Formats: sequence, C-alpha cells, structure tokens
Amino acid sequence: MRKVVPGQGKTISEKILSLKSSTDAYAGDFVEADIDYVMVNDITGPIAFREFESIHCEPLRNKIVLIPDHFVPNKDIPSAEQAAEMRRFARKYGISNYYEVGRGGICHQVMVDEGFVAPGRLIVGADSHTCTYGALGAFSTGIGSSEAAACFAEGKLWFRVPDSISVRLEGHLNGFATGKDLILCIIRDIGVDGANYMTLEFSGNGVQSLPISDRLTVSNMAVEAGAKAGIFCPDDRVFTYLEGKVKGEYSAVMPDEDASYASEMFYNLENIDCVVALPHSPGNVKPVRDVNVEIDQAFLGSCTNGRIEDMRIAASILKGRRVHPSVRMIVVPASTKVYRQALEEGLMEIFINAGAFVSGPTCAACLGGHMGVLASGERCVSSTNRNFIGRMGHKDSEVYLASPAVVAASAITGKITHPNDIV
Amino acid sequence: MQSIRGRVWKFGDHIDTDQIIPAERLTSDNIERLGQFIFEKVRPGFASMVKKGDIIVAGRNFGCGSSREHAPRALKQAGISCIIAESFARIFFRNSLNIGLIPIECHVDAEEGDIVNVLLEEGIIIDERNGQKFFFHKYPPFISDLIEAGGLIAKVKERKRCSELQ
Repeated sequence: MRKVVPGQGKTISEKILSLKSSTDAYAGDFVEADIDYVMVNDITGPIAFREFESIHCEPLRNKIVLIPDHFVPNKDIPSAEQAAEMRRFARKYGISNYYEVGRGGICHQVMVDEGFVAPGRLIVGADSHTCTYGALGAFSTGIGSSEAAACFAEGKLWFRVPDSISVRLEGHLNGFATGKDLILCIIRDIGVDGANYMTLEFSGNGVQSLPISDRLTVSNMAVEAGAKAGIFCPDDRVFTYLEGKVKGEYSAVMPDEDASYASEMFYNLENIDCVVALPHSPGNVKPVRDVNVEIDQAFLGSCTNGRIEDMRIAASILKGRRVHPSVRMIVVPASTKVYRQALEEGLMEIFINAGAFVSGPTCAACLGGHMGVLASGERCVSSTNRNFIGRMGHKDSEVYLASPAVVAASAITGKITHPNDIV
Repeated sequence: MQSIRGRVWKFGDHIDTDQIIPAERLTSDNIERLGQFIFEKVRPGFASMVKKGDIIVAGRNFGCGSSREHAPRALKQAGISCIIAESFARIFFRNSLNIGLIPIECHVDAEEGDIVNVLLEEGIIIDERNGQKFFFHKYPPFISDLIEAGGLIAKVKERKRCSELQ
C-alpha cells in the first residue's frame, strides 16, 4: 500500500469516491459512496429483484436503470420468463428507466446513448463491463446482483478506494489500428490480473486524438486486465459528445498533478498495429500476421465493438466484397440508435450484399447465449471481449478477439487477416 | 468466526466465471439449482463428486470475467464451503462475501483430496495430511463486519429496521 502524505494530490478515482462519500479518501480506504445510477440486465436482474423484495422497502426509482439485453429477444422459455420478471419489476415499482426490446439495446451502449453517463459520476452495474463509462470520465464498475439490490434500497454502496495505474498515451493511431488493439496490447503487457483491484487511468496527449468510440472500447475491456475501472481524463471531445445527450448536470473531475500512482505505463499510439487475442485468454495477444487460422464465423457486435464507428470501418472493408463461402458473418449493432444510423448510412445494405446476417441489437453470441453459438471445433473471429473456454458455445470451440476491421477482413478471406492485406 | 474443515479440490490460475457456470444456465428457473452445473464444460461430473463442506484451492485471479453472482451461488449450492486462492477477481470476491461463501487470499500447497482446516480467527490454514501451516491476512474490520452480518443484504435489512425503530 502506498504511503499517503496529508494533502497529497488525488487520482480521478480518489477524487470521485471522496466527493461521493463526503470523505477525504485515498487508495486503500473503505468508503460508503452515493451512486448516481445502478443498472441491471435480464440475467443479473432477477436475483437483484428477489433480494430487493426481501428487504421490504421502496426503491430509489430514479437511480435504477433496467436494460434487457443478454437473452433478448427471448431465446427460449426460461429467458422469456426471466425477461418478464424484469418487465414486472419495472411496472410494479414504476421504474421509467426500462428499455424494452427494440427501444434500447446492449446495456452499456444504452447507458451512454441515453445520457446516464457523464464525467464525475459514480455508476455501478450488475455487469462486469460497466467499467465502459470510464471513457467519459465517470467512475463506473461492475457489481453483483445483491449489491445492486442494496443500491435499489439505499442508493449507496461500499468501495475500497482503488490504487491507480497511470497509462500515458502519446501520438495517434494509424491505419487500421484501433482502441481494441490498444487495450489488447495493454492486457498482453500487464496480464489478465495486472490491474486487479486497481483503476487504469488514461492521460497524455494521445487521449485527445482518440475518438470517443475507441475510448469506450478501451475502458470496456479494462476489466479483462482485472481493473475495477478504466478512466480517461475527460476533455473537450467528451464535453462536445455529451451536448444534447446527457441527463442533468455534471461536474468533470481531473486528477491532481501530484497524485500518486501504483505504477506508470506509456504507449505511443503510432506503434500500435492490429492484434488478435488467441484462445483462451484476452491476454494471449499476437500480431495479426503471426496468426494463421481458418475461421468458421466472424462476429461483429457487443458492448466492446458494436458502435456506429465499428459498423463503418467493417462496412468500408466489406463494400463490394463477399464474405468467404465457408464463413458465416454475423452483424449485431449495439443499440437501436446504432442500428438506425447504420441503416441510414447504407451500412446494413453493404453487410447484406456481402452475404452477412444482420440483426437488431442484443448481446447475441458474445456470451454464447444465442444468434451465433459455436459447434464443437468451430472457430470465430470476434469483435467481443472474452475468449474463455466455451464462452461462445461448445467447450471445444475457439474465439479469437480482434477489432471490427480484422473481423471484416477475416470474414472475406476465411482466415484471420490484416485489413491492409486486402484493402 | 468459526473454523472451516473440508476436503480439497484443486484448480489453477484465472478460473473464470464462464467455467464456473456457463452463460446458458443463467436463467431465473435455475437460480435454486445452479449447483448442479458447476464446471460442467471443463470438469464434467464435478458437481456430483462434491460433498458438503468441500474446499476449492486455486491459483491467481479466481472468478475473473463476468459479474454473475450465480458463480459463487452455484459453488455454495454445490456444497463448497470456502475458496482459498492466491488472489481473486474483485467482483467475485465481493459477491462471495455477500452470499456467504468465504473467500480467503492465501497460497496453499495442498494436494487434491487433502483435508485442510481453516482457522478464520487465527488466519491459519493447516493441511492435516502433513501438518503444514499456511498463514493469511485476516480481513480488515469492514469486511469482517460484513461477513458477521451475513452479507450486504442482511446488513441493509438491519439498517432499515433500525431506521424504522428510531
């Protein structure tokens, strides 16, 4: 544990958790902090609802966000019952922040699209990828269902204030390199538990050059390095992005210059190139051209890479080309907003003309739920976040994590391919 | 806090929650029978071999991945009393505390089938096969209180009751 000098500067995590707990907190302290929002999905919701009802109290309605996304549209009878449980809970308690199928999408994209996320906020969610919102300067982290139930009742939760790793970014990304490649390189370098219990705090000149969509991807996968949060120092790009979108007021929080970090890392974005995480670990990362693997499926979607920018880059590669005869390509935009925009921009037509399957927003095959579950021995190159054993289906199937550009290029050639090799 | 005595099942590093309980089992009809599905993809038949009170001894980063509280609930329902790991993924650690599955951070050189005795008050784990002792840091007071209270929901109920009485 770091030694703290009284008056010592603070990291973003220390500042937000201090403000929200009305204490002078530093890494290692335990605090009870007021949360701005608590989100649950159709999988984690039911346990939260049952635990909440056992408390016998009124919920803090305006802090609760309910988003069915994992197994919807209902893939079978149990998932239909589960989704119905969320719908009933929303009606019973008059929770207006409920996003019905067709009007929402993947929870994390909806949280951003609908303006729940803003700099300085403290947001928790019963989904591990809740850390996504750090891209906009919020402290957000995944929690369990019981903890969500406690937040429904009390609007606060305990936290151990995390140490932070300072990740300084310089330069700008070139060619087909994306935020996905950056975060995979970080996980490769520090390991899948390299940031366990800690925050990855991103700063440096390179941040300004990084589009919001790339930041969202980076923060989203911070948990794949074990991180509690992955927070970017918010800048004008964030403030502009939130105009007309954000709910309510917010106050951005920046780290102090004399804040103390557990360690520091530096990345020159110029040096980042397309990479792939091989089975069965997000940390098993290799340059794309070092991987010679034929694929059966190419999946584009998820909270990690299902945004309009991801659709655009994949469509730009697929335009006028065909998906390889032995490959199924599945395209799942992250939200209805992304879906509509992709339609308006003609991207869906490009995917369909290329021979891809296109659907409305849902988590789909990312966690092996539905719409692209893999058979024994099958291999999928995927823009998702995890390639654990059996993650996308059969225990003997394999998932290769990559950027949307690599997914699109690989769909065309039938094997894992660097986009530069076909464009 | 009591001591826990049980038979050891060994697991490696980075055991993720998809391995502990796969996503396709995460429907509300399974909430009370999650225990029968533990490790079904990677260690088929494991659930039926577990006896009440058994202990998992694992390496680094146990419970990484998804936030699914189903994972510690499944292990508890199957009969697992305690997880000893070199380190835990943070959400799994918090979830375990809340549902009454004790997570202990400690490196233990036990073999599968050994009986170990976990002395929670003393912070000592004893392998009964060879008498070897392993020491762990006791929980900070905040965490001990949470365990003593029976998890977060029990604590919230207690607080709600107190505020009603006032």
